[in-house]
Amino acid sequence: MIKREKKRYLALKVVSEQPLNEQTVLDAIQASVHRLFGEYGASQANLKTIKYIPEKRQFVIRCSHRMLEKVRAAIASTIEVNGEKATIHVLGVSGTLKALSKKT
Amino acid sequence: MKRFADLHLRVPLKDPSKAESMIRKASELGYSLVGIPLSPHATREQISQLRQICSDAKVDFATRVNFSPRTPNELLQSLRRFRRKFEIVSVRCHTKDVARQAAKDRRVDLLQFSVTSLRIRFFDEAEAELASQALSSLEIELAPILQLTSFSRVRLLSRLRREVATAERFKVPITISSGATEELFMRGPRDYAALTTLFDLPISSALDALSKTPFVTVERNRKKLSPDYVAPGIHVVGSKTGD
Repeated sequence: MIKREKKRYLALKVVSEQPLNEQTVLDAIQASVHRLFGEYGASQANLKTIKYIPEKRQFVIRCSHRMLEKVRAAIASTIEVNGEKATIHVLGVSGTLKALSKKT
Repeated sequence: MKRFADLHLRVPLKDPSKAESMIRKASELGYSLVGIPLSPHATREQISQLRQICSDAKVDFATRVNFSPRTPNELLQSLRRFRRKFEIVSVRCHTKDVARQAAKDRRVDLLQFSVTSLRIRFFDEAEAELASQALSSLEIELAPILQLTSFSRVRLLSRLRREVATAERFKVPITISSGATEELFMRGPRDYAALTTLFDLPISSALDALSKTPFVTVERNRKKLSPDYVAPGIHVVGSKTGD
């Protein structure tokens, strides 16, 4: 029997001068994962945007639980999004969206 | 709940508003202690101003001095003159002689090495053995990992991996600090812990390097700097004046 892959949800806050859309932020994280861990690592990370709250500049993304620390490292190493200086902070991590919303 | 410390927050001392915003950011990110490097000749006013900003931001403040001596004698002179003025003493080792002297001197808290010239990083087995017998710990700053790109970052990560393995083998404590000069390079403690996985430091050791080790260093030095301290293991518990 194939074991179902566990996922982790991460709540992120983007700090930048200009507002950024969800796709640019996800692209920046993907690029960072790719830069640090290569195509193999990026394929294992299985990143996906779940929710975007533009007024708070907060995102929820999903990744594989095996790659959580690596994705976190890639997020922390991001200092530029779409050519602009930006920082992405992880506000919380959880295995379910319900628990994540309680945390953040 | 775990308390975290950033022992190297390089706030611009000439710009109090930026310094304040960086200290507030550190507090928001979850740090309860920040070490701010000062000039050896820092005035009491400068220190009390920073202490006030930190107390407003509800974060503990530890005074820190960074020495970059060219010779072991210069290091000894600096330690003799300034050790009792600061809570944290860090030595940036540019030569092997300075690195060896700093590692065996019990007045040195943190050993720092260049992040750009990897040839002058002298944290090898001999250095680790000396450091393990003294009280110094290896300081790893994470801002350069964010700033460097492509091959220079690869080389730095490779060197750090080797040094971390050596430090763990000789039981030399590791201190992780930000070394951030602006808010762009500031991250939360758990994000820094995740970054350390890039040079194979286990998450539990990384969290210790951000909480336990820096707090032990600061508390030990605060005890030593208190007027009741006499010698290691001996301190005044009370006094009575004669009639």
